[in-house]
Amino acid sequence: MRNFSKNELGGLEIPTKFNHPLDINNKDPEVLKSFLSRMILIRGVEEHIALSRKNGLIRGPVHLGAGQEAIAVGVSKNLRSSDRVFGAHRSHAHLLALNPNFYKLFSEVLGKKTGFSKGMGGSMHLWDKPSGFYGSVPIVSGTVPIAVGAAIAAKFQKNNDVALVYIGDGAMEEGVVHESLNLARIQDAPVIFVVENNLFASHMHISLRQPSNLTSRFAIANHIPHKVVDGNNVIEVSKAAEELINNSRTGDGPGFLELVTYRLYGHVDWRDDVDVGVKRSLEDIDNWKARDPILRLSIAMIDAGIWSTHQEENIKNELNNNIKIAWEKAMNDPYPDKTSILSSVYSNNSVGIN
Amino acid sequence: MKSKKHNYGSAICSAFEYLLEEYPEVFVIGQGLWSPWYVGNSMTDLDKKFGKQRIIDTPVSESASTGAAVGASLAGMRPIVVHPRMDFMIYAMDSIVNQAAKWSSMFGGQANPSVTIRSIINRGGEQGAQHSQALHSWFAHVPGLRVVMPSSVADARDLMIASVLCDDPVIYIDDRWLYDQEEDLPPVIEISLEEQGPRCIIQGSDVTIVGSGFATYLSEKAAAILSNDGIKVEVIDLRILNPFDSSIIIESVKKTGHLLVVDSGTLSAGFSAEVIASTCEAINPNALIKPPKRLTLPDAPAPTSHVLEREYYVKVSDVVEAVKSLLV
Repeated sequence: MRNFSKNELGGLEIPTKFNHPLDINNKDPEVLKSFLSRMILIRGVEEHIALSRKNGLIRGPVHLGAGQEAIAVGVSKNLRSSDRVFGAHRSHAHLLALNPNFYKLFSEVLGKKTGFSKGMGGSMHLWDKPSGFYGSVPIVSGTVPIAVGAAIAAKFQKNNDVALVYIGDGAMEEGVVHESLNLARIQDAPVIFVVENNLFASHMHISLRQPSNLTSRFAIANHIPHKVVDGNNVIEVSKAAEELINNSRTGDGPGFLELVTYRLYGHVDWRDDVDVGVKRSLEDIDNWKARDPILRLSIAMIDAGIWSTHQEENIKNELNNNIKIAWEKAMNDPYPDKTSILSSVYSNNSVGIN
Repeated sequence: MKSKKHNYGSAICSAFEYLLEEYPEVFVIGQGLWSPWYVGNSMTDLDKKFGKQRIIDTPVSESASTGAAVGASLAGMRPIVVHPRMDFMIYAMDSIVNQAAKWSSMFGGQANPSVTIRSIINRGGEQGAQHSQALHSWFAHVPGLRVVMPSSVADARDLMIASVLCDDPVIYIDDRWLYDQEEDLPPVIEISLEEQGPRCIIQGSDVTIVGSGFATYLSEKAAAILSNDGIKVEVIDLRILNPFDSSIIIESVKKTGHLLVVDSGTLSAGFSAEVIASTCEAINPNALIKPPKRLTLPDAPAPTSHVLEREYYVKVSDVVEAVKSLLV
């Protein structure tokens, strides 16, 4: 097979690069601490989910994003609860970055009625509109046109809210994404397309799927402002997101943010997937672990004297304790009533616009 | 307020006008909306009256436009999507079937995609296989969608308004072969879509005919001809195919002992089968004097030439003959 694939990511795709501690000069220590603690929370929660899936307590598939936390955390810093955020199959972090209530996530992945989606969704169908999380679904690219529509709604509502949709590099191969980029631009819709380019769609490396590893080429084609940054650098992510989101809020229409990252687990569940992953090796995973977004921020903060290993131990211990309590509670929660199979197919409101 | 004469197309247009005037959340999105010849007289001048911001003519992107309407509805708007031909709407199946139909259930009733998707059956005139389909049975098979097929001028207006005011995703299917019907309509009274269902539009005691959309129109014409021969046909217009309430059909068949289903789609696994199955499940087999009968398109794509079209589509005379064959 001829390989047409071009590396156009400026080396961001190379596992052994970009593994230095973050540059945190002139950054607010409180913001850095909130970035770090939220990333640690998301990692801890996903590791617990991975373990519970491995030991069979979680019965459905879980798509883990460990290693990619800087994206959701950096992006969400610039969002407000009236914005409209959409996810996909790998969206635990996207939700937890907006609402860290992991008890409701645990309940949901266990199919319990106290979960984010009342136990009707599980890991792949998450909803928390009060925090701005409109929904995540596992049809690849399914929420992309939906986010464009939520942005068109914001234009009608004249409230300067934005819509934002997280997608992967694989979604860029779906036709509707290209229709949506075109429609968003022509409608000047305030929507941000956030591509978590982790170089893989399921088991397939991007070089086997696309003629270039730069997905932003489609933003260029649609005259949508874009940025490409290291997705494992929460500061860079937040900065790039801030600019695109603010421009979108103030009437510039859509933006496109490409963040290069890597997932530490395989496509689904707790395994590494080096056996089935084409071009996915243990060596790459180890190199990407050295590029871990949490590690790189933590080391920089410790070097700068604004953080300590002791503090990190403390927040991890407290988190693990809270995870244990939340998990036990979720395990003991009830499942949805049998009647819920039919009762939520249609809305329960009888008539009309409220 | 006086009643006003409408045809089926202008009745739809008046529903759009009513909704756009009364509800600022309503907007319309689809192809051909700035060029109303696409959609008969059913959208005439709406862009001029309400502005191109609220009447959005889109790129040639059925999938993104429909998905965008779903998203806008989740964010508090009441969009109406217009697909001037149902065949092209197939591009939008993910947004309709995977997204709009399932968000309420998947999220425990917390998300309601309150979008109305108007799709038009537009066939005949040698348009051929990809410009002719009536796919209502597909959508009736998807839980979470409401499927509405108006056959009368009044329903064309009132069920459109009810669809948009309903919190669920609605597939509203109108038919270009119905556009010339005329009726005097009273001023609008809002009705609840949830409370609508099949309706008996002609009472009779000999044979029950069930139809929807244009099939209802054919059945009404046939009933008039048959009454000249002293045959009393009861015609039930389905109106709402999903969720489906078969109760008045069952009661009618218990009375007449004969059931004919006329459908403008193809035969196998179509809605006509659902009508017969749900009726037969609910009645004593002895209540049927003859086996039920279906009158549909053959299991074949629409042909192109007018000679073959004449053979392919159901005609009033076919309905008349089918009723007579039940009574032999």
